[in-house]
Amino acid sequence: MPDNFELNRIAQLYASYERAINQREFESWVDIFSSEPYYRITARENFEKNLPLSTLVLSSKGMMKDRAYGITQTIFHDPYHQRNITGLPFVSSVEDSASGKGRLVQCEANFSVFRTKLDKLSEVFCVGRYFDEIVEEDGALKFAKRVCVIDSEMIPNAIIYPI
Amino acid sequence: MKQDGLKEAIGWEGGDCATIPLSIYTDREVYERELERLFYNGHWCYLGLEAEIPNPGDFKRTVIGERSVIVVRDKSGAINGFENLCAHRKMKFCRARDGNVGEFVCPYHQWIYDLQGNLRGVPYQRGLRQDGKLSGGMPSDFKREENGLRKLKIATRGGVIFGSFDQDVESFEDYLGEEVLRYFDRIFDGRKLVILGYNKQRIPSNWKLMMENIKDPYHAGLLHTWFVTFGLWRADSKMRLLMDPTKRHAVMAGTRSVQQAQAELVSGVTSFKADMALNDPSQIDIVHEEWWGEYTATMMTLFPSVIIQQQVNSLSTRHIQPSGPNAFDFVWTHFRFEDDDEEMHARRLKQANLFGPSGYVSADDGEVLEFSQEGFSANPSDRMIALMGGRGTEEANVIASENLIRGMYKYWREVMEV
Repeated sequence: MPDNFELNRIAQLYASYERAINQREFESWVDIFSSEPYYRITARENFEKNLPLSTLVLSSKGMMKDRAYGITQTIFHDPYHQRNITGLPFVSSVEDSASGKGRLVQCEANFSVFRTKLDKLSEVFCVGRYFDEIVEEDGALKFAKRVCVIDSEMIPNAIIYPI
Repeated sequence: MKQDGLKEAIGWEGGDCATIPLSIYTDREVYERELERLFYNGHWCYLGLEAEIPNPGDFKRTVIGERSVIVVRDKSGAINGFENLCAHRKMKFCRARDGNVGEFVCPYHQWIYDLQGNLRGVPYQRGLRQDGKLSGGMPSDFKREENGLRKLKIATRGGVIFGSFDQDVESFEDYLGEEVLRYFDRIFDGRKLVILGYNKQRIPSNWKLMMENIKDPYHAGLLHTWFVTFGLWRADSKMRLLMDPTKRHAVMAGTRSVQQAQAELVSGVTSFKADMALNDPSQIDIVHEEWWGEYTATMMTLFPSVIIQQQVNSLSTRHIQPSGPNAFDFVWTHFRFEDDDEEMHARRLKQANLFGPSGYVSADDGEVLEFSQEGFSANPSDRMIALMGGRGTEEANVIASENLIRGMYKYWREVMEV
């Protein structure tokens, strides 16, 4: 088990992540990932059947930057507010990372995402579970991997922002 | 609107296909007639890919229109389809999305159906023995063979499964027509398919708008920054916009532009980003596959239920599942070929980022469809125009044309009799 100090740091990382996407600070969102990041959104059906398709998969820092640019500059979409609520992390393992550079924490958490469009009621956008791998880089915790597995069978039209 | 007066109520004059009454996207009677005439009669609807049910006993649950149907491979290897509706209490008995079974049992009263949809077992059919005599049970004229599940006619071609409630529907090949069939066979030429996975979205618009979106080359080179900027689909792309003889199906075939965009083509086009460069260019690492021929993209609309996408190295079927006049579920099944090498496998997965509910070029399609429906709902007696390229329904070869949309409505008006 991680010590309290480590749990506090993980909670702080989660909170920073949530803040970045809820505040639409997508450059900060990119910075919360390690130098070799992996970010994936996929349907629960794909995840459980081990099907490789993603709703979105970003496997490099460059791809993450391109997504941030896409969100703000290239994808036409309805303006909306996103409120991402993440539950407490369940830490499943802590081990020495393969790179030999410190430890690798694997953890999971539930998330719910609410969407509020202009002139509309707030609605549940999607719910699901994160599967995370967290490493330490330059003294800070970073996501090496965040896989967002969505329970919701139907995406309400389009997913623009990261979840 | 009364169904008898539907034609009068819509008020669509003569042979016009270019000024479309908005009530056809919002009216319940129109929608009910579409389900009856387009989805439940006279047409083939998409059910899935054979690779989803490779083994005897494998089944998947899907829909034709709003009806739940089951597609299953039986012990002989044949593919059967029937409605997910118990003959007894008309319950949608199959709740699993997919699986492997030896038979189907309706949990309500344990009626048993085999994998051909035949009724095999009715508990207490002959009644129960009480005080030495049989009482209850089905009347003696009840025949199990007359009470099976409602069967679908099934057609498979190149690993794709289609079904129809209409036992008298023409052959699938005649249904597509010679030329559209050629484009269908270009992708599904017998190579084994491998399922990559699914994306599902609910789009709050009339289902026909999705068909129109993929019969509309005009928007693709304007709305979609990635298409315009990287030349995947642009005003200077060579293209062919063809239809089957009935004009219900269409293919938009295009060749991507590798040259720099001419200034006059993109001046004022805000979606064109001349200085946009990807931080990670591997996202559009396009490798020309020999089977493409001259076209780098073929977008097929197979009326009324499916779109088949080949856009560079990304392949998918997109199943339209209508849900009332104002919404449909859009189910994407991405696939690859079994003989792809590892690089091509990875490339297809990466290029899938362009498509689906978060795709660089598809997310905004869903958005504009929703906003169109909002406009229609507030103005059902208004009309919209599809005049790009004139008023005709002939084949076209430029981006600035809406011929395929008009072609679809020529057919739609004939079948709907409005």
